[in-house]
Parts: sequence; C-alpha cells; structure tokens
Amino acid sequence: MKLLKLSRGRLYPALEEPLSEVSLEDWLDNPQGHADATALKISNDVSLASIRCDLAGFSTIILEFPAFKDGRAYSQARILRERYGFTGEIRARGDVLRDQLLFMARCGVDAFEFTGDADGANEALKEFSFAYQRAADDLQPVWRKRLDRAAAA
Amino acid sequence: MYRYDEFDATMVAERVAQFRGQVQRRLSGELTEDQFKPLRLMNGLYLQLHAYMLRVAIPYGTLSSKQMRRLGEVARKYDKGYGHFTTRQNIQYNWPALVDVPDLLDDLADVEMHAIQTSGNCIRNVTSDQYAGASAEEIEDPRPYCEMIRQWSTFHPEFSFLPRKFKIAVTAAPHDRAAVKVHDIGLILYKNEEGETGFEVIVGGGLGRTPYVGHTIRKFLPKKHLLSYLEAILRVYNLEGRRDNMYKARIKILVNSEGAEKFAEAVEAEWAQIKDSGIDLPREEMARIDAYFAPPVFEKLSDESAVLEEKKASDKNFARWLRLNTFAHKAPGYAIVNISLKPIGGVPGDISDVQMEAVADIAEEYSLDEIRATHEQNLVLPHVKKDDLYAVYAALKAVDLATANIGMVSDIIACPGLDYCSLANARSIPIAQRISERFADLGLQEDVGELKIKISGCINACGHHHVGHIGILGVDKKGEEFYQVTLGGSGAEDASIGEIAGRGLSSDQVVDAVEKLVGVYRERRQGKERFLDTYRRLGAEPFKEALYEAA
Repeated sequence: MKLLKLSRGRLYPALEEPLSEVSLEDWLDNPQGHADATALKISNDVSLASIRCDLAGFSTIILEFPAFKDGRAYSQARILRERYGFTGEIRARGDVLRDQLLFMARCGVDAFEFTGDADGANEALKEFSFAYQRAADDLQPVWRKRLDRAAAA
Repeated sequence: MYRYDEFDATMVAERVAQFRGQVQRRLSGELTEDQFKPLRLMNGLYLQLHAYMLRVAIPYGTLSSKQMRRLGEVARKYDKGYGHFTTRQNIQYNWPALVDVPDLLDDLADVEMHAIQTSGNCIRNVTSDQYAGASAEEIEDPRPYCEMIRQWSTFHPEFSFLPRKFKIAVTAAPHDRAAVKVHDIGLILYKNEEGETGFEVIVGGGLGRTPYVGHTIRKFLPKKHLLSYLEAILRVYNLEGRRDNMYKARIKILVNSEGAEKFAEAVEAEWAQIKDSGIDLPREEMARIDAYFAPPVFEKLSDESAVLEEKKASDKNFARWLRLNTFAHKAPGYAIVNISLKPIGGVPGDISDVQMEAVADIAEEYSLDEIRATHEQNLVLPHVKKDDLYAVYAALKAVDLATANIGMVSDIIACPGLDYCSLANARSIPIAQRISERFADLGLQEDVGELKIKISGCINACGHHHVGHIGILGVDKKGEEFYQVTLGGSGAEDASIGEIAGRGLSSDQVVDAVEKLVGVYRERRQGKERFLDTYRRLGAEPFKEALYEAA
C-alpha cells in the first residue's frame, strides 16, 4: 500500500505513520475504551445522518471504496466536510483508481491509499480546468466564473 | 439554441484529451479490457456483439444544421455510412474502430457535441419534448432547465458512480411527449394557482424488468431550487439505493420498496440541509442560459396559406403527410414537421449519411436552422412556414424521408435487439419490419389511427414495450425466439404499464397477432376512440380471445 496526500492541488507520496483505527460502531459502543484511537473508520453503508458525536478528536477519517463502482463514500465525504465541518484528513481506502482521484478530491478526500503511479495520479488531477458545480473543494463553479467575468467587463 | 462559451468548449476538449489518453493506455496494453471498460463506459463506448458502438449525446434532442451535417460526415468517415437515432434522443454509431474514436470525438467537439455520460451509472443525457419552443401547448420552453441540468450533472463528482444509470426528462406541456412518468426523475413545468411556474417532481418511474409509473414526491418546486432539489434526490439515492443486485439498483426499486412518502421525507430532510448552500444557480446565470432559447423571430404571417391549400387539393399523398406528420405551431402561418425514420420495411431510427445531410440542408433553408430528435426515433423540423411545406415535403421525399406514418401502426419503436446487442434474447428489427410491411397501405394505417407498437428484444426493455399500446417482448425459449405481447401500456400523460396478454408467440405468429388485435379494435371502436381507448373501455378479454382463438 502506498499513500498519497493532497496538498495545494498536488499529490505527494507520504510516510505511512501507523494509525490507531477504530470503526464507527465500536467507537459508538464504547468511546472510553478507544480513547487513544486516531483514525475513525466509517463503512459506506452507515448513515451519517444520525451521527451525533465529536469527530474533531480524530485526525483521520477512513472511507471505504470496496469497488470502484460503489460510490456511496463520495456522498459521505461531502457530508463530513460540508455538514459536519470535519477539517482533518479524509482518506480513501479500497478500489482507488487513477481516473477517480479527481472526483474523490472534489468531494473532500485528501489522502489516498493508491497503488498506481504518483505522476499519473497528478496528471489525472489536472485533466480538467473547470467544474460546473460546487462541491467540497474550493474550486469556483463555472457559473461563478461567468458572473465574475461579466462583472469585470 | 445553447452555444458553448469558452468554459463549455474547454470542458469538452479536455474530456476528449482525457479519453485519448485512456484509449492509448488500452491500445498499449497498459490497461486490460476489464480496466478500460469503466472508462469507455463513461464516454458512451460499448462493446457490442460484433464491434464497438459509440453513443453520441444530443442534449434534449436539439440539433443545428451544422451539427446534423457533421453527424452525417462522421457516419461516412468512421462508420458504414449510417447512424441510428435512439429512444433517448441520442444517436448511435455501430461500427467505429477503437483507434478512431478520439478523432471522431474531436470532430464532434468542433460542433459542440460529445459522448459524455451517454453510458455508465451516472446522470445520463437529459431529454425533453421535441416540440419545445414551437408548440402552443407549453407554459414556457423547458430546454433552458434541461441545459442547467446538463451542466450541473456533467462530471458531477458525487454522482458519477451511482447504484445504476439515471435518466431525467423535462416537459412543459400537458401533452407529455417526453415520457416523464417512466423516468428516474420526470419534471413537469406548470403554472400553479398563484400564477407562479415551477416543477412537479416525479420520481421512480422506469421500465426494464420491473416497470413502474413514477410517483409525485413534490407537487410544486420553485424553479430557482431545481438543482438543489435534484442534488437532494440524487444524494439519498446514492446512499440508500441497492447495490447488491444490479436488477434492483434503479431508484424505482428504492422508491417503491420504501414507499413514495417515506422517500419524499428523506429527500425533503436532505434538501432542508443543502438548499441554501450555493448549489442553485443565481438569477443572472439562469437568465444567461434562458437567453439562448429566446424564441426565434417569426415572420408575421396569416395562418392560412393559399399555396398549401392548392397543393393539398391536388396531391393526395401530400395531404396525408400533412395530416399525419405535421403539428400545430404556436406562431400563425408556421407548422411543426415530423420526419419519420420508419419507412415501410425499414429499420426504426436508422438514417444514412446522405439523408442526414439532406435534413441539415432542409432545416437550414426552411426551419430556422433547427432540428430535433424524438424519443420515438424520429426527427422534427420545428419551425416551418406553411407556405414552404410542399417544398419541404418534396425535398424529404427525394431522400425517402416523407413516409406519412407518425403515431401510426408502422411508427414502431424497436431496440437494436439480437442483430446488434449482446444482451438480447431475440431480434426486434425484423419483427418491426414485418409488421410495417403487413400494414404497408398508408390509407389503412390512417384508418387505424394512433397505435403505438414498441418492441424490446429482452426484458431490459430498451424498446419500451411496457408502455406500447401493443408491446412486444422477445424471449428465448429453449434456444428459439418467442415473443410475449402486452396490451394497454402508455408512456404519455395517461401513463400505464401494459398487461401480458398470454403465452408467447413465435415470430411467425406475432405479426398475425398484431393484425388480429387491430381487427378487434376496428370492429369494436366507438366514435373517435384510439386503439388504447377501446382497449381501456373493453378490457383485455376480447383482444385475448382474438389472439388465442384456435391458434
């Protein structure tokens, strides 16, 4: 397993510091028993609507992509960023492919357990200059750019 | 018509470049076919029985002459000289070589076209009423909203790996030509009692192996909230839709297993959280997109055309074409012209390169440069002066595109079936051809009146058989092609799912069966009843009897 981390629009190979992982279920069951956990693992069939807990104690949340076709964690990532304001690392684990990195990054994922080539991964992030819609990243949607340009003209 | 600005053009150009890289990685062996599959499927490229098939998007079915001309050129340059219009207002090419596809896409990008999201488990090309902007029936032109949805859904980072494909249709007329009730989301633009326009939101319709008519989950959605509401629906579906079984993964299964009310509650709860988070377009951007669809300047004309009346009286065939293939336009002195892609004995939806170029020329000269594709696999010239109708008819006739059969028994929807498709159990096209030949007499067809026959070569129902007045489904019975007949379906505003008439029929019997059904209708119809009306009044019995009597 290799780890790539996103920093200011670029992916860098990162050292794999050992994480102390706990699943959401185990942690909700017994928070005291997992007081030293640093990473919260959320499986992709868990509804985040009902989480009423403090995520800030974790440095990392791990989301699962068991198969590239299974896109539930894209929604989970956005909810964690945009609704719960989680500012720590969101890490994608599982079937993480080159051509999905941009979508994941736009949804708020900023660390990737990625076995492919790091240069290719960086190319993939740069394949599109614009985006049509707002997401969890700081990219301005095209309609905002249009408005700004019209205002400047 | 919408025109790309630099942002739109860049997005499409970058997509082609990205796909070119993906094809190169495949051709060099860096990617296996298995790894390449999800990538090509994001770009409308399927591997069929004999070759790759490329599906090109025609957003909401609107084309310029320049675009149609290019579609013809592409057919000649990269395919075998023809294309195939589909039930989703798209066009398919059946024979491109993989190595050529990036160049083909570059040629399309030159005329602001692409194959983005024409396959894969994402939000597909949005469809609409082919008479949009031309019919007096509509509240307003639905296409600006289609374009807003197109942009919002293009490369949506959250919704590119949904449980299953996702289709949205929009209409703004009481007469539903976009089949909104059998889409994942159907939107009907209308004016409420307070005089505001907004959308009725229908979710969970669909065909396939479990057909459903959709449920209204919101009676009135203000226009300005369109995108945030769609985002809420998609998010609930993305998280909650089934992924364990691809046949149960469409949103219709979620909506119908949870119940529409519970699903609506989940959507409303999600929407409450996101509606003010900057998803919806600001008024200025809505107005910008709207402006592209401003009605063209129509000449001030009398609604009567002396030229037309004279030709109508002297040419019986023209008069029939006029009755069956033209439709009332909102501007006096204009008409909407339907071009049938269902010649007697032909392949439904197929069109040659030469015909495409002819249609482009005719539209340029006579229809304000606009063409539409319909979900019934025909084309439309939306803005033709009545004075020009005869010239248009003659020009269409010269390229064999003047068959007068719109809505008639030979205006059949058929999927590609076993002639092309790797999923099919049986052939569809030859059945359509033989039914069409059996009813070759256009006078007889006109007497029979509106009758929608839809044929699918397997249970996936690409030929919409569930909503055919007469539906025909191909099944495989011990290696032999059999056909199951359904009766009484409709994909229009009176949507319903057809009922199975009885045991399957052989390919020889099925054409006779249609003739028998038509016979019952002609005997029993009252007044101006269509086949469907008579069926609904009488019920299935007399039709079943005729179908299975001593057969």
